[in-house]
Amino acid sequence: MQKLYLVAPLAPLVGALLSGLFGWVIGRRGAHLITIGCMIVCAAVSGIVFNDVLQGNTYNGTVYTWLTSGNTHFEIGFLIDRLSATMMLVVSFVSLMVHIYTIGYMADDPGYQRFFSYISLFTFSMLMLVMSNNFLQLFFGWEAVGLVSYLLIGFWYTRPTAIYANLKAFLVNRVGDFGFLLGIALVLMYFGTLDYASVFANARQLGGNTIEIIPGSSWSLMTVICLLLFVGAMGKSAQFPLHVWLPDSMEGPTPISALIHAATMVTAGIFMVARMSPLFELSETALSVVIVIGAITTLFMGLIAIVQNDIKRVIAYSTISQLGYMTVALGASAYAAGIFHLATHAFFKAVLFLGAGSVIIAMHHEQDMRRMGGLRKYMPITYATMMIAALAIAGIPGFSGFFSKESIIEAAHLSKIPGAGFAYFCVLTTVFVTALYNFRLIFMTFHGPERFREPQVADARGEHGHGEHALAEHDETKHGAHGDPHAHDHEPHESPAVVTIPLILLAIPSVAAGWFIGPVLFGGFFGKAIYVAPEHDVLAELGREFHGVIGMMEHAVFTLPFGLAIAGIAVAVYLYLLRPDLPAVIKRRAGVLYTILDRKYGIDELYSFVFAAGARALGKGLWKGGDVGIIDGLFVNGTARFIGWSASVIRYFQSGYIYHYAFTMIIGILVLLTLVFVWP
Amino acid sequence: MQGSSLLSFAIWVPIVAGFAVLTTGSDRHAGVARMVALAGAILGFLVTVPLYVAFDTSAAGFQFVQLKPWIEAFNVNYHLGIDGISLLLILLNSFTTILVVIAGWQVIQERVAQYMAAFLFLSGFMNGVFAALDGLLFYVFFEATLIPMFVVIGIWGGPNRVYAALKFFLYTLLGSLLALIALIYLYNASGGSFSLADWYQLPLTLDEQILIFLAFFAAFAVKVPMWPVHTWLPDAHVEAPTGGSVVLAAIMLKLGGYGFLRLSLPIVPDASQHLAGFVIALSLVAVVYIGLVALVQSDMKKLIAYSSISHMGFVTLGIFIFNPQGIEGAVIQMVSHGFISGAMFLCVGVLYDRLHSRQIADYGGVVNRMPVFAALFMLFAMANSGLPATSGFVGEFMVIMGAVKVNFWYAFAAATTLIFGAAYTLWMYKRVVFGPIANDRVAHLQDINLREFIVLGVLAIAVLWMGIYPAPFADVLHVSVDELIAHVMQSKIPAP
Repeated sequence: MQKLYLVAPLAPLVGALLSGLFGWVIGRRGAHLITIGCMIVCAAVSGIVFNDVLQGNTYNGTVYTWLTSGNTHFEIGFLIDRLSATMMLVVSFVSLMVHIYTIGYMADDPGYQRFFSYISLFTFSMLMLVMSNNFLQLFFGWEAVGLVSYLLIGFWYTRPTAIYANLKAFLVNRVGDFGFLLGIALVLMYFGTLDYASVFANARQLGGNTIEIIPGSSWSLMTVICLLLFVGAMGKSAQFPLHVWLPDSMEGPTPISALIHAATMVTAGIFMVARMSPLFELSETALSVVIVIGAITTLFMGLIAIVQNDIKRVIAYSTISQLGYMTVALGASAYAAGIFHLATHAFFKAVLFLGAGSVIIAMHHEQDMRRMGGLRKYMPITYATMMIAALAIAGIPGFSGFFSKESIIEAAHLSKIPGAGFAYFCVLTTVFVTALYNFRLIFMTFHGPERFREPQVADARGEHGHGEHALAEHDETKHGAHGDPHAHDHEPHESPAVVTIPLILLAIPSVAAGWFIGPVLFGGFFGKAIYVAPEHDVLAELGREFHGVIGMMEHAVFTLPFGLAIAGIAVAVYLYLLRPDLPAVIKRRAGVLYTILDRKYGIDELYSFVFAAGARALGKGLWKGGDVGIIDGLFVNGTARFIGWSASVIRYFQSGYIYHYAFTMIIGILVLLTLVFVWP
Repeated sequence: MQGSSLLSFAIWVPIVAGFAVLTTGSDRHAGVARMVALAGAILGFLVTVPLYVAFDTSAAGFQFVQLKPWIEAFNVNYHLGIDGISLLLILLNSFTTILVVIAGWQVIQERVAQYMAAFLFLSGFMNGVFAALDGLLFYVFFEATLIPMFVVIGIWGGPNRVYAALKFFLYTLLGSLLALIALIYLYNASGGSFSLADWYQLPLTLDEQILIFLAFFAAFAVKVPMWPVHTWLPDAHVEAPTGGSVVLAAIMLKLGGYGFLRLSLPIVPDASQHLAGFVIALSLVAVVYIGLVALVQSDMKKLIAYSSISHMGFVTLGIFIFNPQGIEGAVIQMVSHGFISGAMFLCVGVLYDRLHSRQIADYGGVVNRMPVFAALFMLFAMANSGLPATSGFVGEFMVIMGAVKVNFWYAFAAATTLIFGAAYTLWMYKRVVFGPIANDRVAHLQDINLREFIVLGVLAIAVLWMGIYPAPFADVLHVSVDELIAHVMQSKIPAP
């Protein structure tokens, strides 16, 4: 079994190396055959491992010692329990689907082999992250997935928006990693090891320690560590206020939006906090921060999704909002519910993204929903699968999203952590918002008039001035041979089987995954992998009221969340099917509110002004003022100038003319004589 | 003692090879000069390999010791020996020399023999610094390194080379003259010995120690360079030919860090502790201030030069927190910085050789024409940003882990490099490599040739190897660093 654990991450690595380094030898077909072959091995191994942990087996062991320093051993090793096995299964399955989908989506792209190499490399990194048994390897995987995300967002490297977005993504993530690394440093300092098992074993004992990071005010050690670690999670999982990179990451090709920026990488933060549950449980302050950040993210980012017109951006904001749900679950100590939502979300969000990609291909790389409409009769499979996903994310009973989301809402309701009341309000409101923006997306894309037949109006696009779709179109060289993207003269049609089959295979768990809620949430599925302090254990409380999935659905029909979801769908039906003229009126009436949402609360502008421009101005000031001005100007060259100047003055004393010297001597003698004889 | 002349080989093989290169004479025999230089460099590296193989990682003290009288009147000895710290730096130096010779293969067309010879001399002198156990011998080698580098910048440098060469020479000479005074003082205080081992045992009052520390500090801080005596470095780098920049960044800066470890800490431990806060403060200023300054550079070489200063800030920070993680991290960081900064300068050299510009604004979209180069450059840029699984991460990680034990805010300030390092490196990369083809000249770029590929490829392997499996590098350090820390913790102030 131990050897098998190694196979899971190494198979995609081999695929990545072969396809990346020897892509020119093996060709396009070779690249996808090899990487997909490796991914099948990886997914199969993940399945075997999952089955094995279901039998109650766990594993915690070292692969090799990375470094020894002082008394500390830094190691690379695996911890396989139900938490990591679940993640492995989700990651490898979604990744395999995305690999297959990519054959269709990237068919005309010149960077075909490179793309397969990257997504396989990503899978390797993500698996190393989730399988880790220590903080160091966690950080390795953490940064490696960030690297691949950077490479993939900038995959079309000639597009200015793409290379802006990938730099932004990397740097914002680095801000998170900054906190994360300090958190790890504190763990190492107090626990003397980075091994999960030893750290968790001593957590309670050391939990009472306080540290004074600001002299005079002492903090609980656990609070500081958990908050610092959570800063990392905020970066990776796009939580407010470090969420700004995720919407821009949509510049990358759609398959990676599905794999990295929806289903797997962005959930690394959620996974990490769940993994650290023995630490977070010791700090109510940290949990409180977590739940409030999650609540803010879920509601306020959901609201932005309502006003987006780019189909991928709607889903991107939806992703942030759903990550907020997971974070709320963590803050409420309902870790299992968070991970459960992570898994269900991975499936239905992958469907939404891959479906959007399918639409985008059919629309010849048009992403603006205002230029779509009526596509359901042309693309029935895409329509059906996306409808399933929309129902799932809206939380309609029977679909997977219902079970996971409902349990998070109830957990927030029951939680007694400070801020839980606010969180409950936010997650409830967001149910309505989620239903609204998702069905707005469905209706604008698949229903109504076929707007893509209308002649192009320049204004329609210029309205927001973001211009990312415009760019996507003008950049034909990178998009390969799609012909003239402006000419929608032939009918849109359903995507090929390599695209639709992954959609169907992902739609199945989008419905079915929820039905496992009983054992996963209330049956102690995660066992010792997750620790919940008895006083925080809201899921146990929920479990007492749980009488099977059918009962849960029957009960839900009479509760507020279901009503809100139905209301959201109803509003979407009214506004986008029955009275399509109304949204424009509302937009005019709600001018300020609309502008605030459309400008995303101005956070991007704030950051680019304060941090990006601020750092450059400061750098310029220090360079011109400090280095060039004071150090070089005043001291270095100043010293040289001073020596030159003093030499030029002293030079006059050595003019070389006898009469100068004679005259000086006479004056000197006179002065001396005066001093000697006249003075006293 | 068996094998005790190995260190002499490490020093004198490159120097003799340098003379051999010079005998080839004018540029009519440039081809021969190159071959002889390459052979000399490779031989110079090969004679250092037995050092690593035969090095006993569990033994304390110096190994491969060689002791011969040199100037008997003043009790000066030709006294060589290494510990784990010197070992790594000698290997790095000899390894880098090969790459520098290959990198200058086609680029240098004038005075080829002299160019190659300068680097071989330099290599020998620097091995001398790392191996010297006699104070005066150390000083002689330390100063001797200035001459070839002065010549390299002054002759093969850019348009402003004279200013840069002079600034480099005077700046560093001024610092080291103060160190000479300290050496002479120690010679007298120890009753006429230049032996480092004697000086390690010499009791000194705190006042004496502080003065000696400051004298050493003047020499080594300039060399590292630490803020605020760093301003010679950007100028020197900008004007130096690619090979000069590589050796300067990869090896010469390490003489400063090595000086702190070999002289300052063990000879004046109390002063080192007394003034550690001051050195740490300067180091952290280097990380933050220089990180910001690097962000706004428009000249690629200047940017990498500032990035070097910022990374060397980790070295001095690590040294002066006096714990195993800090000091081992500092040494690892020195080696890693040797690989990475060398590679970064070589990458800029590749571009400069083609377009004769170092300005970021003259580039854009290089990836379209040079995909192989872009991939390698990306690896080094990521290593420069301290990405895990590259060597750049290891040293920074260890130093941060060590610093947090001393003071949370040291680690906090140091960790900002995670953000700044990525910002200035990747922003430059974005503007140079990504994007549409910026102009006609970029449109005519040719991807790297086999020679360039070999040089960068070898460095890429080194960077990845050290990132994925750094244990072999760290294992030779443990005993030496423990011994060093024991020295620092042992007060030398004489009992009243």
